[in-house]
Amino acid sequence: MELFVFIVAAAMVLVGAVGVVVRKHPVHAALSLVMTLFGIAVLFVAQEAHFLAAVQVIVYAGAIVVLFLFVIMLLGVDNAEDLHIEPFRVQRPVAAAVGSGLVTIIGLAIIASRKATVPVVTQSQAVQDAALDPHDGNIRALARDVFSDHVLAFELTSVLLVIAVVATVMLARKPKPGELVIIETPVSVK
Amino acid sequence: MIAAIATPTTTWYLLLGAVLFSIGVIGVMVRRNPLILFMCVELMLNAVNLTFVALARRFGDIGGQSTVFFVMVVAAAEVVVGLGIVVAILRRKPHATTDDMAELKG
Repeated sequence: MELFVFIVAAAMVLVGAVGVVVRKHPVHAALSLVMTLFGIAVLFVAQEAHFLAAVQVIVYAGAIVVLFLFVIMLLGVDNAEDLHIEPFRVQRPVAAAVGSGLVTIIGLAIIASRKATVPVVTQSQAVQDAALDPHDGNIRALARDVFSDHVLAFELTSVLLVIAVVATVMLARKPKPGELVIIETPVSVK
Repeated sequence: MIAAIATPTTTWYLLLGAVLFSIGVIGVMVRRNPLILFMCVELMLNAVNLTFVALARRFGDIGGQSTVFFVMVVAAAEVVVGLGIVVAILRRKPHATTDDMAELKG
């Protein structure tokens, strides 16, 4: 059963990922990305990361892909790209070589280390106790870990999000007439 | 006979993550649409997340899962800022590809 789930989810992930790369139309690429993200969420459930699977669906497939589609539709850049145009002739062979080399190197490292001994990890007592909860041990253990051991990093992510929001508002708004515009150079039309 | 079927081990998940990461790398190197470049970066981030979750289960350490949590937050912030930049560029140069953004002097 677990094998079946893995094969189906892995097929979803790989088909979606290839679709993102080879689809001409940006909307189709975004929808392929949704399929990949759902496959990853299924694999998260299979790896007993239930909370992360929910976050994956809500944040990635829900928010981020909708943001992509929103930008595509808003800017009207949903025209198909001609993939036969190759600006640099060596680009695709180099990309294929780098990609296959990366798979080979990482794969060899993974296969070589699969018999490695698993080190004993000591976690804080609260996390260990929470993980034993039969109902939602994963969520409780994750919460204990994030809010006690990594609370500073958690607070810093909130700062990061505020900075990102402010920066995006500054980037994306149109300057009012008469307002000081810092970036004002004539656009060279090609 | 049913019991003889292998159950997927951590190695399978790690290999899937490696393949997914490489597809993302190839996409970033090949495609020229800035939006699709961002999608390929998302593919790479998800490959790393999958690796973290698989190893978190293997080691029995919840820290891998909390790392994935932080990666997701940073990825969301990255997408927001990146799409803001893309909107700002495409508003001035419609149908710009990454080749048209070679000059940073504006």
